[in-house]
Amino acid sequence: MNKDKQSNLKQILESGGFAVTAECGPPRGADTEVVIEKGNLLKGYVDAVNVTDNQTAIVRMSSLAACVHLKQMGLEPIMQMVTRDRNRIALQSDIMGAYSLGIKNILCLSGDHQTFGSQPDALNVFDIDSMHLLNMLKTMRDEGKDMSGFELNESPQMFIGAAANPFADPFEYRVIRLAKKIEAGAQFIQTQCIYNMPRFREWLRMAREEGLTEKAYVLGGITPLKSARMAKYMAANVAGMDIPDEVIRRLEGVPKEKAAAEGIKICLETIAELRQEKGVSGVHIMAIENEAKVGGIVEAAGLMPRPKAV
Amino acid sequence: MIVAEQKPLAEIKASVAQYEKLLILGCGTCVKTCFAGGEDEVATLASALRLAFKKDGKDIKIEELTVERQCEDEFIQEAAAAIERNDAVLSLACGAGVQDIASRFAASPVLPGVNTTFIGILEKQGLFIEECSGCGDCKLATYGGVCPVTRCAKKLFNGPCGGSQNGKCEVDPETDCAWQLIIDRLKALGQMDNIKHYIPPNDWRPSGAGGPRKLFREDLVV
Repeated sequence: MNKDKQSNLKQILESGGFAVTAECGPPRGADTEVVIEKGNLLKGYVDAVNVTDNQTAIVRMSSLAACVHLKQMGLEPIMQMVTRDRNRIALQSDIMGAYSLGIKNILCLSGDHQTFGSQPDALNVFDIDSMHLLNMLKTMRDEGKDMSGFELNESPQMFIGAAANPFADPFEYRVIRLAKKIEAGAQFIQTQCIYNMPRFREWLRMAREEGLTEKAYVLGGITPLKSARMAKYMAANVAGMDIPDEVIRRLEGVPKEKAAAEGIKICLETIAELRQEKGVSGVHIMAIENEAKVGGIVEAAGLMPRPKAV
Repeated sequence: MIVAEQKPLAEIKASVAQYEKLLILGCGTCVKTCFAGGEDEVATLASALRLAFKKDGKDIKIEELTVERQCEDEFIQEAAAAIERNDAVLSLACGAGVQDIASRFAASPVLPGVNTTFIGILEKQGLFIEECSGCGDCKLATYGGVCPVTRCAKKLFNGPCGGSQNGKCEVDPETDCAWQLIIDRLKALGQMDNIKHYIPPNDWRPSGAGGPRKLFREDLVV
C-alpha cells in the first residue's frame, strides 16, 4: 500500500508551502459510503484529511478503517489517535498496523473525556498521555524500537502531529506545553478553532520567541460557524473553545438565512490573517458535519490549486 | 481517610431480608470519621431497618456493635461471639473490613452496608474530596503537592488538556483543574522547572496493574 511513498503533507510543509488540511468524522455505523461521500467532498481541495478517533467520545467507525477507505480513494489521511481508549500495548500495535496499511501521518491526542460521550459509563484508559504517545512514535520511527526497547523489524515512518489549544488555561503554560510536545516528537501542530485572533497572535508570538515555529509547522484551526446559535452553543458547551462576543454579535447582526455565509466570511478573513502571520504554515479546516463547505472555503481563500503530490 | 457512603436503605433491606438475626457491625476508624459506619450510623441504620421491616410485618432481631477496626484481627475477634450468634453480618466498614470479616467467619454471610468511595479529605462540612489513588509511587514532590493521577480526569502527567478553563476541569465545572492547581503551586514555590520538560510514562505496576498488591515488612515480624 505505497509504504515507501513519503507523506504528502510533510513534503508540502518542508517545501515551504501553505498547507491545507480538513477533518472527516467517521460515521456512527459501518456504512463505508458515508466515508466515501465525505472523501469526495474533500478530494482535490486539501493536502491531507484528519480522521477523528471516536471524537467527543461517541462511538464511531474506527479512525484506522476510515483512513484506509480515504487512502484507497487517493486522499492522504492523518490518523487521529487518542490515549483514552487504548493502553500502550494496543496503541503501538495499531500504529504498526496503520503504517503497514500505508498511513503516513498521525495526530496524537489524549481525547475528549468519555463523560461527554454517548457511553459515559465506560472506563477510560489513559495509560499514557498525548505527550507520551508522541514520544513513543518518535522512538519507534527514529530508533526503530517499541516502548520496551525491542527492535522492530520495520519502523513506522510517520509524520507526527499534535494539537495545541492557545485558548485554554493557564495561558502562560500553553507555550511551555507546546515546547514539550515538540520536544517529545511533534513535527506539525494543529490548533483549536481560532475566533479570538488577538489571543492566537499572542500565543504565536510567544511560540516564535521560543523558536518553536522553526521546529514544528503550525496549522491554524478553522471552523465555519453556521449560525449565532451554533456559536453560542460552542462557546458555552465545548471545553476550551473561545468565541468572543463580537463574533457572536456579527452572526446575530445578519438575517438568519445569511448567517452561514457570514460564518464563512469570518473563516476567510481568519485564513487571510493567518497567511500573513510569520510562523503559521497552513490551516486545518474542521467543518463539523459540514464537509461540503470545505472546497468553497479553500477556493475562496485563494488556496487552489493544491500542490500535486509527488 | 477512606471515605465511604452508606448504601440506600432499600438496597440494604433487600440484601438482609432473608435473615432473622442480623448483626450490624460498625467500624470505628475511617468510616466513623466520614459519618458512614461508626456507632452513630450503626444505631440509626438499626432503627431504620427495624422500622422498615416492622411495616412489612416482619420481625427481625438486630444486634448492634462497633469495633475499632474491621481490618485488624485483634479488633475483629472482639466481634466473634456476636458474629457467631447471628445469621448474617451487615458490615459498615470499607471493602477491606467486609472482606476481612468474611475471610475469618466462613459460616457467616457478610454483606456490605456502605459503598467505599475513595481516599480523601474533609474539604468542608459535608464535602469530601478524593485526593489519593494509592498508586504506590508518590509523585507529589514533582507536582507541588497536587496529584495529577487522582485529580486530573485524564491522569495527565505532562500538563493540562485543552479543556482547562478559568481554573476548572472540563469534566465538572465545580471541580478545580488539577493542572491549574499544580501550576499555581509550583509558580509560588519557584519550582516550575519541575514540569517544563517531558515526564516519561508511568509504571502502573505499583498501582495495582501488576495484580493484587502486598506489602511485606520484615522489620515488623516478631
